[in-house]
Amino acid sequence: MDAIILQVLNGLDKGSAYALIALGLTLIFGTLGVVNFAHGALFMLGAFCAVTLNVILRASFTTIDETRTDFLGNPLKVETPYVEYWFGPEVGGSIIEWSVPLAILFAIPVMALVGIAMERGLVKHFYKRPHADQILVTFGLAIVLQEIIKAFYGANPIPTPAPDAFSGSFDFGALVGFDAGSIIYPYWRLVYFGFAAAVIAGVFAFLQFTTFGMVVRAGMADRETVGLLGIDIDRRFTFMFALAAIVAGLAGVMYAPINAPNYHMGMDFLVLSFVVVVVGGMGSLPGAVLAGFLLGILESFASMAAVVTLLPGINQVIIYLVAIVILLTRPRGLMGRKGVME
Amino acid sequence: MLGLGAKDTRLFLIVIGLTLFAPFLLNPFPADSSLAQFNAGYPDLMQRFVIFGIFAIGFNILFGLTGYLSFGHAAFLGVGSYAGVWMMKLLTMNVVPAILMSVIFAGLFSLLVGWISLRRSGIYFSILTLAFAQMSFALAYSVLTPITNGETGLQLALDDPRVLGVSRTEAGSIPLTHFFGLEMRDGFDWTIGGWVFTFNVGYYLSALVMVAAFYVSIRIFRSPFGMMLKAVKSNQQRMLYTGLNPRPYTLAAFVISGMYAGLAGGLMVAMDPLAGAERMQWTASGEVVLMTILGGAGTLIGPVLGAGLIKYFENIFSKINSNVLHQWFGFLPDGLEDALVFVVYPFVGKGWHLTLGIVFMLVVIFLPGGLVEGGQRIGRLFRRGRSSSSKHERTAATPSSHAAE
Repeated sequence: MDAIILQVLNGLDKGSAYALIALGLTLIFGTLGVVNFAHGALFMLGAFCAVTLNVILRASFTTIDETRTDFLGNPLKVETPYVEYWFGPEVGGSIIEWSVPLAILFAIPVMALVGIAMERGLVKHFYKRPHADQILVTFGLAIVLQEIIKAFYGANPIPTPAPDAFSGSFDFGALVGFDAGSIIYPYWRLVYFGFAAAVIAGVFAFLQFTTFGMVVRAGMADRETVGLLGIDIDRRFTFMFALAAIVAGLAGVMYAPINAPNYHMGMDFLVLSFVVVVVGGMGSLPGAVLAGFLLGILESFASMAAVVTLLPGINQVIIYLVAIVILLTRPRGLMGRKGVME
Repeated sequence: MLGLGAKDTRLFLIVIGLTLFAPFLLNPFPADSSLAQFNAGYPDLMQRFVIFGIFAIGFNILFGLTGYLSFGHAAFLGVGSYAGVWMMKLLTMNVVPAILMSVIFAGLFSLLVGWISLRRSGIYFSILTLAFAQMSFALAYSVLTPITNGETGLQLALDDPRVLGVSRTEAGSIPLTHFFGLEMRDGFDWTIGGWVFTFNVGYYLSALVMVAAFYVSIRIFRSPFGMMLKAVKSNQQRMLYTGLNPRPYTLAAFVISGMYAGLAGGLMVAMDPLAGAERMQWTASGEVVLMTILGGAGTLIGPVLGAGLIKYFENIFSKINSNVLHQWFGFLPDGLEDALVFVVYPFVGKGWHLTLGIVFMLVVIFLPGGLVEGGQRIGRLFRRGRSSSSKHERTAATPSSHAAE
């Protein structure tokens, strides 16, 4: 039993990332009808927002402390980050330490700008062109974005630590009444799951309970009629593209402490997220979220030692296998609407 | 000639000429000049040009004609490579059985993948092929290690059986790949003045195969079968209404293009008997997509051009480092020189992918027909200049004739 709970928990953090990216992909596909192969790159950009903020906050100046010496006997050079100099060591230190959560605030405007620029500048011209063209041009954009990041940050992963308060692990097993030490779970992954759940809930609430969201949903169902009612649906859809970019970016920001960001992390997630979207049902938001968590958990179950010895290699291919089976038996996915790209 | 129309014959002869004289054409700079690093006429790269040309020609038969965008074609190339190396391990170092086996295995595998994937179209088809390719890649790395030798890659060894050949040469090393005695590595250098031209057996074998592959692709494009494939692309619904089932045609195209990929994989191991799983990764599939689109999907010569261009970028363009740039811009004042180098540097050398991505996007946005369409447009621009001037004369002539009436 505890092993099962452990695997469910392990699946949750990857599942959260899949769900967030797939949610953004579906938002874009459902509103604009565009297949966005650059969505993984947006996720990656989000992670590098966290890296960038971390680098900025650590920007420091050097002073020479005459009273102390380093191991060579020279006067010690002390590096003081500007933030600590301005706000005092206590406040400044904790600002640096909390750079990843702070990066959320930094990433939202950045990703919104990127999203709007992308939609207005590029994707807009591809609404009427075949899906293959959309895939190709966004694939090209993904290459460009990741090469730009590579030019700035190099090819190596950049470790970006979580705040100390969340850096350790805790004994989840003891908390719910199993033997102590049976389920050890890192704090940050729980934070990630909670964060993802909050973002997903926020997006759904926005679509469900605001007038803006209602119009967007109406536009998703029948774009032409909404346009005939005199509503500028294009502007709202641009906003939805920005929202999708923000969601992907936030997923990336919070993922930075789990896996040190490198320039091709987006591509790695992109393939799986597309599989998730297809399994969930193209154009279905709840389907994307459900499939994201399901596949994340399924993947972690498949990597249990008992399963791997029974079916070697299953942990590598389970997601793809599920996708193939679903596509062949239920082409519209788990929760897809009838008639959407069947 | 050979059942080709006049225009196709001309194109075919051009391709033959280009591949035949490639050692000259790709080595325009003397060997000791500072521009020698832009010479692409060394065997390894020339082989890659034609082998990836074959790969792209095959991909184009599927994507260019039927419009089905496969993101998993590298898997067939990988399967072909493994089959080829196994043939060399078990049977003989002659490349013919290896290449045949590569084509057969890739064909069988693509039959399986195609049979399943082609139940869906559009984005679903792309995802399905992607899923199959990623699965083969993951399996080749992990479970199938006895067959694929995992991360190390499948290599020849001294204790391979090689029933029809020798396990090891008298000198005690692994025998070399050959075509009925002609070793792939053989060749001769021809020095004229400062120029060195290399003629390599392996290159000419691959070039021969590519010319044949190109010929077959022309015949497919012009055949009734090719017309059916174009019908699949333009309107499947209408095709169904006329009582034709598009599935078998599409599947045939898929298997043919899979066999082309296997052929490319077989040639690859014939040149260098080594097969690794990274050949099957989806980025490798993405590369052949880039080649085909860049050159011009649906055109005959486009994919070959695209393959050549990308491989040239990858091997030559990527060598330009900041020293070379400083040398180039050395005639400028220092500040300007540094500024120019700073601006240009991210786009060349290790950053060549950035240039590739930008060029690719521009092509997709403005030139859906790829470089071939670009060439045609430029050609038309010149011709229009001429034809519009003659039209002017005609319009000038009409009023006067009216007046005469």
